[in-house]
Amino acid sequence: MPLVRTNRLHKHFGKNHVLKGINLEVEEGEVVAIVGRSGSGKSTLLRALNGLETIDDGTIEVDGTALVAEQGDLRALRQKVGMVFQQFNLFPHLSAGQNVMLAPQIVKDTSKEEAEVIARSTLARVGLEHKFDAFPDQLSGGQQQRVAIARALAMSPKVLLCDEITSALDPELVNEVLMVVRQLASEGMTLIMVTHEMRFAREVGNKLVFMYEGRIHESGDPQTMFANPATPEFANFISSLD
Amino acid sequence: MMTFTLWDIVRNLLLGGALTLLLSMVAFVLGGLAALALLFARIAKHRPPRGLAQIYIEIFQGTPLLLQLFTLFFGLSLLGLDVPAWLAAGVGLMLFSSAYLAEIWRGCVESVPRGQWEAGASLALTYREQMRHVILPQAMRMAIAPTVGFAVQVVKGTAVTSIIGFAELTKTGSMIANATYQPFLVYGLVAIGYFLLCYPLSWYAQRLERRLYATRTN
Ligand SMILES: Nc1ncnc2c1ncn2[C@@H]1O[C@H](COP(=O)(O)OP(=O)(O)OP(=O)(O)O)[C@@H](O)[C@H]1O
Ligand SMILES: [Mg+2]
Repeated sequence: MPLVRTNRLHKHFGKNHVLKGINLEVEEGEVVAIVGRSGSGKSTLLRALNGLETIDDGTIEVDGTALVAEQGDLRALRQKVGMVFQQFNLFPHLSAGQNVMLAPQIVKDTSKEEAEVIARSTLARVGLEHKFDAFPDQLSGGQQQRVAIARALAMSPKVLLCDEITSALDPELVNEVLMVVRQLASEGMTLIMVTHEMRFAREVGNKLVFMYEGRIHESGDPQTMFANPATPEFANFISSLD
Repeated sequence: MMTFTLWDIVRNLLLGGALTLLLSMVAFVLGGLAALALLFARIAKHRPPRGLAQIYIEIFQGTPLLLQLFTLFFGLSLLGLDVPAWLAAGVGLMLFSSAYLAEIWRGCVESVPRGQWEAGASLALTYREQMRHVILPQAMRMAIAPTVGFAVQVVKGTAVTSIIGFAELTKTGSMIANATYQPFLVYGLVAIGYFLLCYPLSWYAQRLERRLYATRTN
């Protein structure tokens, strides 16, 4: 059984039909890269997967927890789905360590001591154990994004969603974040990432999803898709990249 | 005719000043508590509490404080309720403060970026937990300077209660001025009294604002 499965997912913003029946299956340990033009619904799909957007029709299932259009246990779903945002969204009033410790203490009733142990080890995973006491405004963009990844990991999610997590970074800081993602992928973390880094998507992804006008237009093995685009729209998309 | 020494004048004004201070503090503290309730109603998920809080706030922000006091004082006595001046003054200023503080604080809560709510939500925090651990700590920081600034408005606002006969600083001043025929001296002292009450607050508000600005730009 796939870890994540959406079934005929629909989403409208007013008259704008943004997701038109998305059927997506992600196996445990799979790294899925979602690509597509601006406005094709990539972010909306990702946000729907952890309940940041309500859905109008269809179902989402993550590791056995189901979400049926507007009903379902959001809290249970969100504990299984971590999210990293383009703009980091670290809590500016908390240190890096506190950012990571907050949710386990509140949501999982983890003791403070235990939360600190978790925070130190997840910060170590992103190479920032020495920044435990630094505040977000004392960190570079790349470091902030890595803390945001650690913060999501501290909840031990089954799957991590990443929405263009390097797009807000200066070019020289992109690599340190991609390295962390690559590391997570190699450790077997299930990842669904929207990205504009095509090379990264090809190298790290097991599966490529091309979204076009609210639908999954084409998906499959990245190497094959790039070598032999099955649809003219995807061929068009990749040729517009270079 | 009676003669007044300068000390007589000052002594009476100090008494009035103490009442001004007391009235300001009561109005500010109780108004602040009411404002907290209003704030949560104003930003609630459900429409009815939001609407009610908004109507309340608009009534108190959209009418002069003086008229609010008149309505309380004369309106209630018309209904046969004998409201003493101190009570009308305290309640009136409290209601007035609650509306303004709620609105100031709402602005602070709403200026916390959406992404902060979403980050909290994505970590499986409930609405209340997001509010308590993510939004309010940030909003409170932003609220300190304008809140202290508003305290100055409350102190000055207490002068209006002299109209309904509450013997705070201004009322005391006008009574003494009438008795001594020395309005310039007396009102001058009254003004100094307000200044002494307000200046430390304004100074503190400005300092807080500067400090906030400094940490932002660092
Ligand atoms: N909160 C919202 N309210 C109304 N419309 C929205 C909202 N969020 C997204 N949309 C619309 O939904 C459509 C899909 O947006 P989405 O953000 O999912 O696209 P995207 O593929 O992530 O694009 P990009 O590459 O620019 O990030 C767009 O037409 C957008 O204008
Ligand atoms: Mg997007």
